[in-house]
Order: sequence, then C-alpha cells, then structure tokens
Amino acid sequence: MITAAPAPFGQSSGPTVRRVNDPLHGDLLEVSMGPQHPSTHGVFRMDVTLDGEVIVKLKPVFGYLHRNHEKIAENTSYLSSMPYTDRLDYLCSMSTNWAYAMAVEKLSGQAVPDRAQYLRVILAELTRIVNHACLVGFLFNDLGTSFTPLLYAFREREKIIDLFEALSGSRMMCNYQRFGGCRVDPTPEWLAAASKLVDNFPRFLDEYETMLTGNEILLARTQGVGRLDPKHAVNAGITGPVLRACGVNYDLRKVDAYGFYPRFDFRVPLGEHGDTYDRYMMRILEMRESVKILQQAFKVLPAGPIMDPKAKLRGFRPKPGETYGRLEGPKGELGFYLLSDGTPNPYRYRVRPPSLINLTLLEEMCLGHTVADAVVILGSIDIVLGEVDR
Amino acid sequence: MSASTDSFLERAPIEARDWLVQLLPAPLQWFTHHLITIGAILAVFGLFFAFTTVAERKLLGRLQNRLGPNRSGLPKFSALPWHLKHKLFGLTQPFADAVKALTKEDIVPAAADKLLHFLAPVLVVAFSLLTFAVLPFGRNMVPVDLDAGLLYFFAAGSATELTIFMAGWASRNKYSLLAAMRALAQVISYELPLLLSVVPVVLVAGTLSTNEIVTAQGGWSFGILPHWNIFTPWGFIGFLLFLVAALAECNRSPFDLPEAESELIAGHLTEYSGFKYALFFMAEYFGLTALSGLGVTLFLGGWQAPCDFLPFIPSYVWFMGKLVMMIVFFIWVRGTLLRLRIDQLTRLAWQFIVPLALINLGNAAFWALTASWAGPLQLVRLGVSLALVVGPFILLGRRLNIGRGPRTYRYATS
Repeated sequence: MITAAPAPFGQSSGPTVRRVNDPLHGDLLEVSMGPQHPSTHGVFRMDVTLDGEVIVKLKPVFGYLHRNHEKIAENTSYLSSMPYTDRLDYLCSMSTNWAYAMAVEKLSGQAVPDRAQYLRVILAELTRIVNHACLVGFLFNDLGTSFTPLLYAFREREKIIDLFEALSGSRMMCNYQRFGGCRVDPTPEWLAAASKLVDNFPRFLDEYETMLTGNEILLARTQGVGRLDPKHAVNAGITGPVLRACGVNYDLRKVDAYGFYPRFDFRVPLGEHGDTYDRYMMRILEMRESVKILQQAFKVLPAGPIMDPKAKLRGFRPKPGETYGRLEGPKGELGFYLLSDGTPNPYRYRVRPPSLINLTLLEEMCLGHTVADAVVILGSIDIVLGEVDR
Repeated sequence: MSASTDSFLERAPIEARDWLVQLLPAPLQWFTHHLITIGAILAVFGLFFAFTTVAERKLLGRLQNRLGPNRSGLPKFSALPWHLKHKLFGLTQPFADAVKALTKEDIVPAAADKLLHFLAPVLVVAFSLLTFAVLPFGRNMVPVDLDAGLLYFFAAGSATELTIFMAGWASRNKYSLLAAMRALAQVISYELPLLLSVVPVVLVAGTLSTNEIVTAQGGWSFGILPHWNIFTPWGFIGFLLFLVAALAECNRSPFDLPEAESELIAGHLTEYSGFKYALFFMAEYFGLTALSGLGVTLFLGGWQAPCDFLPFIPSYVWFMGKLVMMIVFFIWVRGTLLRLRIDQLTRLAWQFIVPLALINLGNAAFWALTASWAGPLQLVRLGVSLALVVGPFILLGRRLNIGRGPRTYRYATS
C-alpha cells in the first residue's frame, strides 16, 4: 500500500514523506515520536506513519539506554551484579533483586529462612503497589490531565519509598536481597509503619476510583482502544497485567507458586476485552489484592534469622550448571537465566525483560487508532526503559 | 437609573476620563477619549492576565497537593521588613516570568516561514484584545456600544484560531502541523455551538448589543432573586453549553487538543520560544478572560448586583468578581478533567451540543412567547421549559455513551 517516494536531492520534502497510491487519501505523514517526547516514558522512540491522525504504521525503536548490562554482569562476581539489577526496572528494584537472588539460589541450592521469605513477599507486593500506582498516574497524564492524578499517586508512592529508604538506605536502588536471605532486618517500628500504611492504602484507591474510574472521558478514551487478542498475546510471550487484561489466567505467583505465595489467600483478576481500560483496571484490582497479601503477611511474619547462616557471599562459586529463575514482577514475567562454569562470574547472564517483550505488540495494538491513542496504549503497557534496553 | 443617582465610586472612573478629555482642544477629544479607554483596558487586563497566571499555578498546585510558586518576592533593597518579603505568596512571579521570557533567545527554525512565524503571535494577541471592545465592564462602561456587539465579538474572537493555524503551518514542524489541523477542526466544530448557545439570549433580549442585554437582566424578584438569564431553564442549559463551547474555543483542558502536551509536545507552540511563546500565553488568557466576560454579560447579569440592597458596591466590582469566579471555574476544570480525542471532540459538538442548543433555541422562543402568562400558568410555563431542558439532555447524553460504561471483572478460579 505504501510506496517510498524519496524527495529529490537537495530539496526538502517538507512534512510529507511518503505517498499512498490512492489519490483520494493524499500523503502520509511520518513522525518520529521520541526519544525526546514527554510521553514516551524515557528515551523510547516510535516511528509512526500517519494518515491524518490515524496510525497506519508504527515502528518501536529502542536501544537509546543500552548499557551493556548483561556483558558487565558476566564479568563481575554474582554478588556485585545485585546492585546492578536495581537499575533494570528502577521503579521496582525490590522485585528485580528477588528475581536475581532466586535464580542464583536455584543455581547453588541455597535455602532461605522463613522470615526472609515473608519479607520478600512483603517487599515485592509493596513494589507492585508502587509500580501500579505510578503507572496509573502516568496513564492519566498521558490521557491529558495536567498532572493531578499523577501527583496524588506519587504522594502514596512517596510513603512506600520512604519505607524502602528506612529499610535499605536507598529510595529506589534498594539492593536489598541477598543469596539466601535479605540484607537488613526491619525493626518493629518499621513493620508497624508499613502495616499502618497498607491498612490505609485502600482508602486512597477508593478515592482514586471514585474520582476517576467512572469518568466519561476516561471511558471514551480507553474502552475499545488498543485491543489485544489473547491468542496473539500468548504467541508473542506477553505476560503480566497486559496478558491478564486479555483474559488469560497466567500469574506466576499461582503457576510457579514460588516463595511463600501459596501460603497467602489472594485472587487473580482477569479482563475480558483486552483494551486499555481493562489494563488500567487490572492494575487497580491487583493493588487491592496486593493489599490483601500484605495484610496477611504482616500478621504471620515470624521471628528468626533473615539470612541462611551457611550462605556464602564473598568468594561465592556455584557448581557448574544452568538455571532460570523467574517471578511475577509488576510488569510481567521477570526472569534471569544463569549459566555457571564454576568460576566466581556467571558464564552467561541473561535477563528476560517483561517491558521489552510486552512492547513487541505495540504496533498491532495501535494500528487504526490515532496518535493520541498510541500514547495512551504505550502508557498502559507499562514500560521502563532501563529494562527495555538494559 | 440615571447617572446622577449613582454613588461616587460608581461614577469616578468615567468622570475622571471625561475631566481629562475636556482639558484638551476639541479636535483631540474624540481621539483621547478612546485612547484612555484602550489604555485602561490594556492596563487592567494586562495586570489581570499577570495575576491569572499566578492564580492558575497556585490553584492548580493546591488541587495537586503541592504549593505552586511561592518563592518570588520583592528584591532585597526594598524597604519591607524581612518577614513580609517572604510572605508575598509568589505574587511577583509573573513579573519574573516576563523578564525571563524577554531575555530568552528567540529561536526561529531554519525552515520556517519567517514572516508568518513572526506574525502569528502578534496577531493572536491583537485579535484577542479586540474582543474586549464590546464588553460592558460596568454601568456606562462599555468601550464601544455597537448595535451588533455580539456579532463583532465572535468575528474578532474566531480569528484567533486562524493565527493558531498560521503558527502551526509556519513552524514547519510536524507536531505543529498536526496541532494546526486540530485547531481548524476544533474551530469549525465549536464556533457553531458557541453561537447557538448565545442566540437564545439575543432572542429573549431582542438585541445584539451587549450593553442592552445586561440592562435587560436588571431587577430582582423578592429583592434577592436577580433576573439573570442563568436563573431561567433555557438560560441555565444555555450557560452550560456556552461554558463547554468556550472551553473549546480557548483551547483549555479538556479541549486543549492543539497543544496537547502528552501527544504533540506543545502543539503549535513547539517551535516558539522566548517572548513569542509568552505572547501566545497572553493571548490565550485574554481569550479566556474575554469569553468569561461574555459569559458573565450574557448569562450572569453582567455588572448587575445579585440582591437589591447590594448596588452600593460599584458595578465594575461586580463584573470583575463574576469574571474571577468564571476563571477560577476554568482553572478547576483544567485541574480535574482528562483530554478528549479529536474525533470525540467533534462528535460531542455535532451530536450533543448543537442539537441541544437548537432545542434550547425553541425553548427560549417558548419562554419569550409565554412571557405574559400569569398565576398557575407560570408554573406550567416553568414545567414545559424544564422538560425541554432535561429530556433532550438525558436522551442525547445516553446516545453519546452507547456501548461504554463501568465494567465488572471476574477473578481466576484456580
């Protein structure tokens, strides 16, 4: 349908670059949205071809934040990669840490004490709340509210991030998990504060939903926009809330039953239409489930060590072998593949980034929608460029 | 009410002008008379614009759980004591902003149409200022009392959208171009609803002169219920429609599509910097103020006081008070609502606002025809008129939202 019509040399072709054969449609407009664009959530670029305002072609371009993460990890010891995993998904360092620790523990066969297991669940769920609250706020920003919902979401995020800081010393780059346990034991005051925060969190969600979920403009902008077919999603390897919004029941917390998740009572919300509104609602409902998990966890958190006493951090050399550790990150299946040859460094270190893989179907979701929708669809997929580009 | 019975404050601005004018020789009098009016409008609304920006930023800040600008105070050498300098609530922010805008580099893209790129911000301010000429700011305080004042207002006001197209086209930027197309689509869609929402007022008042429309809304029932158009069924819905159309006309959220920040970076402003950028903002606020002023004039009784014991407060104070109220409302909307998509924007105009405005026109005609009904018939008149408002509103509103609504979700069973 589209044929290239290069402009004559030395003559600016102006805004129109390509021509459609059909004279009724006129020219197409190619716009390179990003890497400097307010709504591409970092240095992401979308090369869109527009017919009027409707997208006829979209090419996601990434790599602007490539940092050689995997190669660097192969050249350092297992432990020194831990702070580096914080920088993958910099909104959710606690669960990224856990995914990496889980992979290494699988490789070396280390056991994790009960208290550490509970702490991991607590921190991972708090991270999920942080991530989803941010995502919902940014989604509304993409939808054109001048920052109001975002800043209220950030108010809640700030409280949780303060807790992370009190526990690990850092707000976002927590570097908290270790192979065989956790780094610091939370004080009773910390636990009380966290428990109180979690108990108050549903009030924020209720307020948020009362103000926004039923808004007619939100319904008009998101319902039926950016539909994703479940078959297509499964084939493309989409995971996380984006997959569940299409109605596919796949949550690693239930499927793999890793950590102490089987001990908790929680439900997995499923969407029906797979559109942007479903993706938004998945996040809201998952936050409610996370609150349930957290409330249970604070009740049963046992006393005891937080590190396996036999765990060896320095001079750590796992036996040769390979492993794949994965967990249900806030954005989807976050996995670490490790291949050990018995040396202090992994021979091969590979990350399965949910953000990148969820992004692969962006064009399918955006075709036939307008530029304004593309921005919203991208926002609803939830990407972090630190993880997409590594 | 004759001018002589007015209070001193009421008469003061007019008399000061007349005194100044009569000092000059006769050939200059007409010219000076208008020059003073223009100067007064520029000074008052220039300052009003400056403080609207602070008010907007501070109000939005409060809506968003933050403080807004609160750092800029008076310079160090001022005679004020220290604690006062730091308690100016950031009120000097607009002046700091103006200095910043003036000292910034003015960048014109190499591929831009230089003349149009320069003309657009100048014209946009000029056109938006023209509309102030027919607004009655107080009793006897309408700068130019045109017989067709309303027509003039809309003619001057809609020209601003053309300058947006000019800016978008001249910038040679794809985002600007998209914004320009959006601006055109918006002006075509919303000029009609804006006019149609105003026509009932003209029909009932029987005049296009803004001054006479205000005069027609004078008087009170029982001394506390003013005869403003908003307190009639057709006036109420007309005011709502006017508000929506006005929001779209001044490109304010939720209709800020031409400068949609999250989609088109800054829309038609993408390639503007420095003072030209500031001029666009100035024009936007002037447009907002003028349309708010028109709303006040047409529906909120203009400079009329709300109760019969309150006219001792000068009429221009009432006008400004109502104007501020309207602008605060617009800021509140901006801090609350999401942005529509361009197709939804036009659909809202053609499928909801235009039919509603047409029905409202019939409603106003009915209201004008039945003005002589008395006794229990008055209740019938009110009932029919209310039914003509509520019925179409609900029916058309339902039609707009077919197939959409809140959903319930299932949970995985295993």
